[in-house]
Amino acid sequence: MEFIQQVINGLQLGSIYALVALGYTMVYGIIKLINFAHGEIIMVGAYIALTSVSFLVQMGLPIWLCVFVAVVFCAILGILTERIAYRPLRNSPRLTSLITAIGISFLLQNAFMLIYSPTPKPFPKMVTAAPITVGSLQISMSALLTIVISIVIMLVLQIFIQKNRLGKAMRAVSEDYGAAQLMGININHTISLTFAIGSGLAAVAAIFYCMSYPLVEYTMGTMLGLKAFVAAVLGGIGVIPGAMIGGLVLGIVESLTKAYISTQLADAVTFGVLIVVLIFRPAGIMGKNTKEKV
Amino acid sequence: MTTILKASDLGISFGGLKAVSGFNLTLETNDLVGLIGPNGAGKTTVFNLLTGVYQPTEGAIELEGHSIMGKTPHHLVKLGIARTFQNIRLFKEITVLDNVKIAFDHQMKTSLLSSMFRLPGFWKEEKSIETKAIELLKVFNLEKYRYYSAGNLPYGQQRKLEIARALATDPKVLLLDEPAAGMNHTETHELMDTIRFIRDRFNIAILLIEHDMQLVTGICEKITVLDYGKIIAHGLPQEVINNPNVIRVYLGDDD
Repeated sequence: MEFIQQVINGLQLGSIYALVALGYTMVYGIIKLINFAHGEIIMVGAYIALTSVSFLVQMGLPIWLCVFVAVVFCAILGILTERIAYRPLRNSPRLTSLITAIGISFLLQNAFMLIYSPTPKPFPKMVTAAPITVGSLQISMSALLTIVISIVIMLVLQIFIQKNRLGKAMRAVSEDYGAAQLMGININHTISLTFAIGSGLAAVAAIFYCMSYPLVEYTMGTMLGLKAFVAAVLGGIGVIPGAMIGGLVLGIVESLTKAYISTQLADAVTFGVLIVVLIFRPAGIMGKNTKEKV
Repeated sequence: MTTILKASDLGISFGGLKAVSGFNLTLETNDLVGLIGPNGAGKTTVFNLLTGVYQPTEGAIELEGHSIMGKTPHHLVKLGIARTFQNIRLFKEITVLDNVKIAFDHQMKTSLLSSMFRLPGFWKEEKSIETKAIELLKVFNLEKYRYYSAGNLPYGQQRKLEIARALATDPKVLLLDEPAAGMNHTETHELMDTIRFIRDRFNIAILLIEHDMQLVTGICEKITVLDYGKIIAHGLPQEVINNPNVIRVYLGDDD
């Protein structure tokens, strides 16, 4: 039972990683940029949700509406960073945009530190319902919500990418943006949409994260973002189902390590798993084995 | 006969190098024009200028009497200019049917909202696109491959699919960049029939780049010859291939 309990904890954490990893992988898939500022979007999402909670309470509205405020704000922020920082660099060497992404990351961190002060702020309890008990198993409502909603979001996203014309346009742009353009696809809109979806998912992840670790601070996105990036690489960067699987695997590994090996070694083991997987499958779990071109 | 595409004194320089200069071309409905020239003559550059991939540094391009200078490639597609590529650039991981549907899709009228929320108008259009895409695949005998990933098709079929995909954007002008590259004799012949057939069936103007002289002289009604970015001959196939300048460019000087 203890084991299943740990797996559920792992799934909860893994869902959060997966949601963030999707943002990394979608952006990488479409413009081959590792968006190191993506982790900060989580932090921004958490702060915006926190701020909107007090407004919502004043207006007498339910506080879970803060999710929508955070999602919309982060989606717009994602579009703006792409428009302002990455689009002008689209044809420059990849390293330039990578450095820019790191710059944006610092900019966001410090801007939010200035606005909200460096002191961590408590996040109000969003789920008050009692945990569900199945036999000797206790599942908290927040864990259940996190896992179920994340899975639903991922399924919807997968259908969107496979079936919707905008989703297909995203796949077309990621394969060959020159050819996509000549099929009448507006690549700028498609890239904006990708950033909006990725950042929106990060905002959702931020709120799930705050449900189990209810402290908001300006550095919270760094480690979470890094782990999610590891999840994306583990699953195969650029491959959407890969990000989902990578996130869940990482979450379960981390939670089991904490339970059975050592809490302090948890991060070492997670990154160790990455190294081992990459030795045997350099393209990640779901990654395509691209042959090196000579 | 109405003029569809008109390029006047078109030119582009990359740094100090004039890749194309003084390029003139008029395409009318149902025209089938060949663009030939030695390697590096600037043929693909002309295509890139006409499709908005490069912006010309001199001259003008008009589509149905309106200037199309400064328009982005995806906008030009909507106005009716479609192309294929010298090296095939299909979406290899996407199915044959979806490759064509993607091209149809972006001519659709439905808005972002209606496609996201799947309003009734969206379903109707989605259905009609599916039908149209399959019809188009039938024209090219590709409908039996519709659920294959495009990258798994045999080479010749990929070439055909690329033409089908370009036609799905409902063009007025179709630019084919070396459609017969890598094809054998029989395939080339089959392709010639297909090109003639689509010109007649879809009532469009076709401009094609080709090295295969048999194909060019076999189907083109007019030929333009480029060398070092300049037109050195233009006219009927027989005139052009007997033109001493053209012979010199292709076979070298006598001495």
